[in-house]
Amino acid sequence: MSKPLKQIHLAAHFPGVNNTTVWSDPAAGSHIEFSSFAKFARTAERAKFDFLFLAEGLRLREQGGKIYDLDVVGRPDTFTILAALAAVTEHLGLTGTINSTFNEPYEVARQFASLDHLSDGRAAWNVVTSWDAFTGENFRRGGFLPQDERYSRAKEFLATTQELFDSWHGDEVVADRASGTFLSDAKAGAFVHQGQHFDIQGQFNVPRSPQGRPVIFQAGDSDEGREFAASSADAIFSRYSTLGEGQAFYTDVKSRLAKYGRRSDQLLILPAATFVLGDTDAEAEDLAKEVRRQQVSGATAIKHLEFVWNRDLSSYDPDGPLPDVDPDVSENHISKGRAQVRMYRDPLATAREWRERAEANGWSIRDLVIETGNRQAFIGSPSTVAKTINDFVQADASDGFILVPHITPTGLDPFADKVVPLLQEQGVFRTEYEGPTLRDHLGLAHPDDVREERAAS
Amino acid sequence: MSSTSPSPLHLAVALDGTGWHPASWREPVARPRDLFTAAYWADLVAEAERGLLDFVTFEDGLGLQSSHYGELDGRTDQVRGRLDAVLIAARIAPLTSHIGLVPTVVSTHTEPFHISKAIATLDYVSTGRAGLRVQLSARPHEADHFGRRTFEPISLESLRTEAGQERLSEHFDEAADYIEVVRRLWDSWEDDAEIRDIATGRFVDRDKLHYIDFEGRHFSVKGPSITPRPPQGQPVVSSLAHQTIPYRLVARATDVGYVTPHDTDDARAIVAEIRAEQQTAGRADELLHIFGDLVVFLDDDEATAVARRERLDALAGQPYTSDARIFTGTPAQLADLLQELQATGLTGFRLRPAVAGHDLPAITQGLVPELQRRGAFRQAYEADTLRGLLGLARPANRYAAAAATA
Repeated sequence: MSKPLKQIHLAAHFPGVNNTTVWSDPAAGSHIEFSSFAKFARTAERAKFDFLFLAEGLRLREQGGKIYDLDVVGRPDTFTILAALAAVTEHLGLTGTINSTFNEPYEVARQFASLDHLSDGRAAWNVVTSWDAFTGENFRRGGFLPQDERYSRAKEFLATTQELFDSWHGDEVVADRASGTFLSDAKAGAFVHQGQHFDIQGQFNVPRSPQGRPVIFQAGDSDEGREFAASSADAIFSRYSTLGEGQAFYTDVKSRLAKYGRRSDQLLILPAATFVLGDTDAEAEDLAKEVRRQQVSGATAIKHLEFVWNRDLSSYDPDGPLPDVDPDVSENHISKGRAQVRMYRDPLATAREWRERAEANGWSIRDLVIETGNRQAFIGSPSTVAKTINDFVQADASDGFILVPHITPTGLDPFADKVVPLLQEQGVFRTEYEGPTLRDHLGLAHPDDVREERAAS
Repeated sequence: MSSTSPSPLHLAVALDGTGWHPASWREPVARPRDLFTAAYWADLVAEAERGLLDFVTFEDGLGLQSSHYGELDGRTDQVRGRLDAVLIAARIAPLTSHIGLVPTVVSTHTEPFHISKAIATLDYVSTGRAGLRVQLSARPHEADHFGRRTFEPISLESLRTEAGQERLSEHFDEAADYIEVVRRLWDSWEDDAEIRDIATGRFVDRDKLHYIDFEGRHFSVKGPSITPRPPQGQPVVSSLAHQTIPYRLVARATDVGYVTPHDTDDARAIVAEIRAEQQTAGRADELLHIFGDLVVFLDDDEATAVARRERLDALAGQPYTSDARIFTGTPAQLADLLQELQATGLTGFRLRPAVAGHDLPAITQGLVPELQRRGAFRQAYEADTLRGLLGLARPANRYAAAAATA
């Protein structure tokens, strides 16, 4: 007997502060006006997507001691924009990335509980951690968190917010006019948390929200990050959008669930994925190539080379050959405020390999950066892309995808109009929302039901 | 009234739960079970906007409400619990088009960097109608929610002592630093910083992004903001003040101060003190609004209003008291009082409806038409931004000005 088809989960990542986003395209709109966000969210909801996803960065990125100016710069406050989007959508989940290093649990719990109330149960939190003093310069606490403590703080931060969310049970607000009883329990919201990172107590002042707690996303990829996700997340925002890598990651993370008493369907794996659609596969390939060229201007190519070389390469011609000089292998000092640079673990070897490839293929610096950069995850006609996505999900490379269009705010429209109907025809994507809350869309149980289930077993 | 047209006054309403009277939630018109829904707040703000009010404020706090100033009261017979005010305002913004949205922000334990971008974003989602009301928290039990600082017990009486005044000074100094950081961050992007220059591949002109390099006793903030300069340039900053130390903050750092005069002499004295501080702060030529706060019980005849107030007091078990003057009467009587107080130099009023579901519509459908008849209130919204409604020009960017003269 063949196993039943998995239902695909789809989300939309508002294009952001990196070179995936092509701001130079004539169709590219504002990255800050609310109308762009509203348009994007409405498209996602029209297509019955599970949720909208927002990234966050709390300091403008710098390179060579100067603010990085080649990508989109500037973004809204995550909570505020999501609360406003709740007014222009009815079903779409609202997932915000919020840093656990530069916030306090009481305040973040208030904000997520409030967002969940104001959206009738559509809030989700992508928990990220950082430790850099660079970002810390914008905050009271500064930037003194040792790197090896970031997960222990994040874990405790998340556990503390869960205690706050659970400090109200949901039946305290009775508001009985006749007896004059507003609260059934004077100690509603009482909490005490004493730990390595947080020592707090008192009474939480937001009653329990429709989802009990926001849906929890996690994005880290290290062994510690995977363990953190397996123990406490509802979904993972992963980076593996190819079949082989996706399957390996999926198997690894899902196998970690059992030791926390969790089933494999209690943690969804949702990789970020870019896409380019064309009327035919060949047309899509051509278009994808053109988009990659738009994403890497000559100036961008030089800056990307600097991630590896870790030195100022501004005197080099992007249309000329790669630098003869070797990378500076001392501590990274060229780029600040982005995660990407840590990916090059052996810059000398990378530089050597890139020089060889460039020479063999006759590539300029810009050609090389384009060729070694990421290809879009899904390229093809609508039917090819629909089939590929479905194949990936059915083959357990993921439970769905968080799509990252390269044009703001209309980049999602072709996918919504052409690919989604094909997935619906195949019976692998919803034609109507299952229920009002994001947990309903993701097939995740309400925390109260999970508690009962555990108690009963 | 005289035939000369009085200068128009500004009107705001302070929204807090089901209203400012602690028994307000028990009125048939109240919707206590809806307090934690967006629809409840959307309905209230829509009513305020129908009344052409300048703005609404949203109360907030980092702990449960209490009938005591400095500690929780353990009571279960009053509204307890509330949603984050900035998020309520953001949730309402796309549903409204003219009214200003002014959430309360606690400056004591929160990050000025986060709040600056949150209010800037509120300004984007409301296309220029954002403000904030800065409030500090000296309460030890709220400090315990953060666990980063410990505050001594506090009461209204203790604040009147010399030590209490010193302590208050420190809190207000921190609030002043907070506002300074928030304001600098709003200016940390020049209006035309985004250039999208395809020839050079640059999205922004980084010479138009500025580090704010603020260093203070409680925090240092580098900047720039991650959010571009908001539509109004500087959203409207406001705070409530009852005595000299907070009057100073109003005069130095805000666009609107809320004060609580109990009669016209009191009002005159408060206005004089704030104007003198304004002069000292070098802001004499800037428009600074001073709004009188009043709690209002409004009915078509005075006896009904009095009876309603007595009924609520009986439910609450004690007469209602407030930091602000409590008005009980008809819209015409209230209009008389507002005009009388306006003559002392107040430029507007922030009314606190005793029962939101009753007294807010009484303001918009009773008081507003009365003031309009007297030529003392707008007949239609005359501007699209909150600054515009308050007669505040869009300010130059402090960093752009510095760059131009450099």
